[in-house]
Amino acid sequence: MSGYGIEDLVYILPIVFLLVWALVLVLVEAFTKRPDVTMLLAAFGLLAAVTLSVIQFGTEATAFKEMLTVDGYAVFVYMLVLASGLLSLGLAYDYNRRMGWARGEYYILMLFSIAGAMLMASAANLIVVFLALELLSIPLYVMAAFVPNDASSEEAGLKYFLLGAFAGGFVLYGVALIYGATGATNLMDVVAAALGTNSPVMLLTGAALILVGLGFKVALVPFHMWTPDVYQGAPTPVTAYMAVVAKAGGFAALFRVFIAAFPSVSADLTPVIATLVVLTLVVGNVAALAQKNIKRMLAYSSISHAGFLMMAFVTYGSALYADAVTSLLFYLLAFTVTSFGSWAVVIALEKAEGKGLDFEDYAGLGKKYPMLSAAMLVFLLSFAGVPPTLGFAGKFFLFRTVLEAGYAWLAIVGVIMSLVSAFYYLRVVRFMYFEQGDPEVRSEPVLNLVTAITVVGTIFLFLFSGPLLAWASEAVLALI
Amino acid sequence: MLESYYPIAILIGITVGLGILVMGLGHWFGPRRPTQRKNAPYESGMMPYGPGTRQMPIRFYLVAVLFILFDVEVIFLFPWAVVYRELGLFGVIEMAIFIFILLVGFIYALKKGAFEWE
Repeated sequence: MSGYGIEDLVYILPIVFLLVWALVLVLVEAFTKRPDVTMLLAAFGLLAAVTLSVIQFGTEATAFKEMLTVDGYAVFVYMLVLASGLLSLGLAYDYNRRMGWARGEYYILMLFSIAGAMLMASAANLIVVFLALELLSIPLYVMAAFVPNDASSEEAGLKYFLLGAFAGGFVLYGVALIYGATGATNLMDVVAAALGTNSPVMLLTGAALILVGLGFKVALVPFHMWTPDVYQGAPTPVTAYMAVVAKAGGFAALFRVFIAAFPSVSADLTPVIATLVVLTLVVGNVAALAQKNIKRMLAYSSISHAGFLMMAFVTYGSALYADAVTSLLFYLLAFTVTSFGSWAVVIALEKAEGKGLDFEDYAGLGKKYPMLSAAMLVFLLSFAGVPPTLGFAGKFFLFRTVLEAGYAWLAIVGVIMSLVSAFYYLRVVRFMYFEQGDPEVRSEPVLNLVTAITVVGTIFLFLFSGPLLAWASEAVLALI
Repeated sequence: MLESYYPIAILIGITVGLGILVMGLGHWFGPRRPTQRKNAPYESGMMPYGPGTRQMPIRFYLVAVLFILFDVEVIFLFPWAVVYRELGLFGVIEMAIFIFILLVGFIYALKKGAFEWE
């Protein structure tokens, strides 16, 4: 039974460290009751985990009897979610104090959920996928309901909890069916047993159920119903955090599970995936056109970006899947940087009790705060995929992969939907520069720092997109 | 393989059928003279008072959550105790880690005043 050693723990040291650190912070919070201290220590823990991940780069190993895999792909996602955690701390720090609900538990919950996202990228066993999904999600339910005495935040938390638990059930049922069809939960054993299975329908149903469950988490249409309400009701830094980290974790697990375990059913699943992509792109973008609240607009926009990310997935059974995963990771990076930047601007303008979130509140921003509105312009252009921004590079690599895989029609749908998205992104720009208004923004140092970092990232990382893509593709090589 | 489940299917059929039959006989042949008292919800023989969704002190909820937390701990300990000898030292360390994590939660609850009733 035993046979786990210290080396197993060393392989997943960033995750172990983060979890132990979060436990220590629980005690620190209980004894000091000072949110500032907890926040600083949480930031330190994230930085230390980033360092440990950097050291880990290049490791190729499995730990805990092949239940966890540490490879370039996993470490890439580690760094992405850890960086997201740091940016999110930056967003939350000033915001929570301004709104008057600074609590240390917020940062501890975030550390736990980041560890869950990291485990999702490493999971090489379907049961670990489920456990990691819960570790990622449960803190998010609490964080979504974090605003005290606020009905919409409570509604967001409860809605997210009920639908998230429901989606977790889908994943678990899928795992059970796959175990029934193949007698295995380790991805390597599943793929070996899948070739000789005498119940391919059961295997296919299991794979489809996992697709549905994780599709809920990354907000694919038609499993997206919760997204706008939850994103709008949750505190804005939480929205920014879950838009990125829940997506990163969900897609990381989705890709590893399907590429490693279900190549045998790819012919049956690819049309389903293509349909999901088209639905997500069309519904996400068209619904975003009708929004007047910036949080809701960004929620629908994040649904449409889930569609773009999913686009890479149509190639998963073909020889091109390595390129697809590379462009997925790159698009995730672009989405992360741009998304946090745009949420930082939203937070800068947000007032208490959900005020300051309509497009009208952005009127006159360009004249009064030229720097802030220029930053927002960069983020919106990056979302729409206009050069010279990271979003353009992400879409470029993605569409190229899809074209090479022979899905020209899907790439065309993607380009048309990018054009549609430009309409609602540029509407915010019109309000900022061509309407009269008098917005009020308090300058908050940490928030400004996050905005500056993401603006610089959106533009400068575009200039280095070649080497970055090479790095991402190196990260993927291990997956093959 | 499915054949072995036939007895269960038959049993389910009989159970459901018998339930419908017994309820149906009473429904078809029994006299029915409803009064307001008879239609009122049954509250252990007490006079019903107030609506069903009353406000409860949140403290009960807190106690319930803490109870579940430590209940799960005990549920986890039972199967562990059964295979304790086979697991050996490894099992002891694993369980120590598990209980330590719960202990952290316990200390947190204690310091945050979850056990103070007033």
